Amino acid sequence: MIKRLVRILSHGPLHIVIILIALIWMLPSIGLLVTSFRPAPDVAASGWWTVFKTPFDFTRYTLKNYETVVTRGNIGRAFLNSLIITIPATILPIVIAAFAAYAFAWMRFIGRQILFIILIALLVVPLQMTMIPILRIFNRLHLAGTFPGIWLAHTGYGLPFAIYLLHNFIAGLPRELFDSASIDGASPFYTFLMLVLPLSMSAIASLAIFQFLWVWNDLLVALVYLGGTQDVAPLTVQVSSLVGSYGQSWELLTAAVFISMALPLILFFALQRYFVRGILAGSIKG
Amino acid sequence: MRTRRLIPWLYIGPALLVLTFFLLYPSIHTFYLSFFGRNSDKFIGLKNYIYTFTNKTMLTALRNNALWVLFFTTLTVLLGLILAVMLDRVRYETIIKSIIFMPMAISFVGAGVIWKFVYAYRPPLAPQIGILNALLRIFHFHPLGWLIEKPWVNNLCLITVGIWIWTGFCMVILSATYKSLPKELIEAARVDGANEWQIFRGIILPLMWPTITVVATTMVVNVLKVFDIVYVMTNGNFGTEVIANRMYKEMFQFRNFGRASAIAMLLLLLILPAILINLRRFKRQGIIR
Repeated sequence: MIKRLVRILSHGPLHIVIILIALIWMLPSIGLLVTSFRPAPDVAASGWWTVFKTPFDFTRYTLKNYETVVTRGNIGRAFLNSLIITIPATILPIVIAAFAAYAFAWMRFIGRQILFIILIALLVVPLQMTMIPILRIFNRLHLAGTFPGIWLAHTGYGLPFAIYLLHNFIAGLPRELFDSASIDGASPFYTFLMLVLPLSMSAIASLAIFQFLWVWNDLLVALVYLGGTQDVAPLTVQVSSLVGSYGQSWELLTAAVFISMALPLILFFALQRYFVRGILAGSIKG
Repeated sequence: MRTRRLIPWLYIGPALLVLTFFLLYPSIHTFYLSFFGRNSDKFIGLKNYIYTFTNKTMLTALRNNALWVLFFTTLTVLLGLILAVMLDRVRYETIIKSIIFMPMAISFVGAGVIWKFVYAYRPPLAPQIGILNALLRIFHFHPLGWLIEKPWVNNLCLITVGIWIWTGFCMVILSATYKSLPKELIEAARVDGANEWQIFRGIILPLMWPTITVVATTMVVNVLKVFDIVYVMTNGNFGTEVIANRMYKEMFQFRNFGRASAIAMLLLLLILPAILINLRRFKRQGIIR
């Protein structure tokens, strides 16, 4: 009993520091959440923390900001655009990468080493290096400002990491698996489809979250290849243009940002395990 | 036999095609364009590069990227390490980790707006709605234009946003490594009378060093390309310009493709050491031979 008390007391400063850091980390997001539900005059007149004096006074909360940004700020349309952009731009690179990763891990062919070295170099090449030539080609092919254009761009940019991550995983599968499959007369494609893919599901899940979040949260690629066109603009582009037009209307900006955060946050908290696994596989092992 | 040799190429073919079109070919083309004028029709030698290294705003951008690399990398890795070690000792570790890690899930644009609100400035007599200036008021200081005061305050304020986002990433990786350390070694040192600091310096730090370098390299690569935060919060005004934002402006605002290409080349040049470090590491780990 006394021993436990001593332990808790000696750990006291540690607990205080940790909880303080966690509070500081949460504070900006709480400010965002609270502000998005406050009426405009309140937001302009007092800090968001003042609501905590009477947290249950529901007359001081409103959904009007959300209504305004969805109807007049084009956030509803932008949300839909983000979905239309993100879903194919997540699936496409994973499919292409799965095939390539399997070949890199378990097939012998001329140039395998050098291609893999190039792949690793491409992992960190800044996207800026590629934008001008691709944009010109896109303009000529009328792909600029279209969804297929940005699907392809995200596929290209996501591929190096996707292949690399899946390769790490697939190369770690036991050799006997492939030996016995080949003795049983299974073709490479059959092995890939019936053995490799099902066994790699957890790695694919990690990769899917990564790619989804990366595309959903991307600003630069969307700005460059979609331009400022409103009917194709995803949330990030739309929100950043609202920063210009709504300026000091914090209640509207915060509502728009919260809408843009909602889906990634749900995914993140539901699938955090896979997300963490992906980060670890992509950094330590490799 | 012939077809068997072709099979691998069917598997990597699509990937090769996409990578060549979207990464390899354009990178080489950008290198080529960097020696040409704004419309890519006139060869002008090294003029774009001279501009890149002498223009006043470019020099500001270079200085700021250096500030980002220094402060962002040091603080994310250090904070990540401290959190990894501290959180291992408490039972509510997972929930705190989720809180610190959460910003990784949201966009830089979102984070930019969130923090712009934290830094919000009102004139001294108006009610302060940004939490930082409200804090200053409590201590009877004048409100500060956090994103305007150059060059230290505003750049450090932007860097803070980056740290808020990326510390969780560092923490997760460092924590996994920390938990994999041989606990007997640490226990033995403790029994031998080493204090916590000696254990940290003498055992934990050396064992974790390889991971720390990996994480730090990743952070440097990330931060050299920093764009969204600056674009949303200041758009490079008040002396907060960074290389990537400058490249975007040259490309879309000034329509000077030659200069934009040269700036892109500069980014690649700065990241080159990281590419070499990565290759060496993979070689050592036997992933490539």
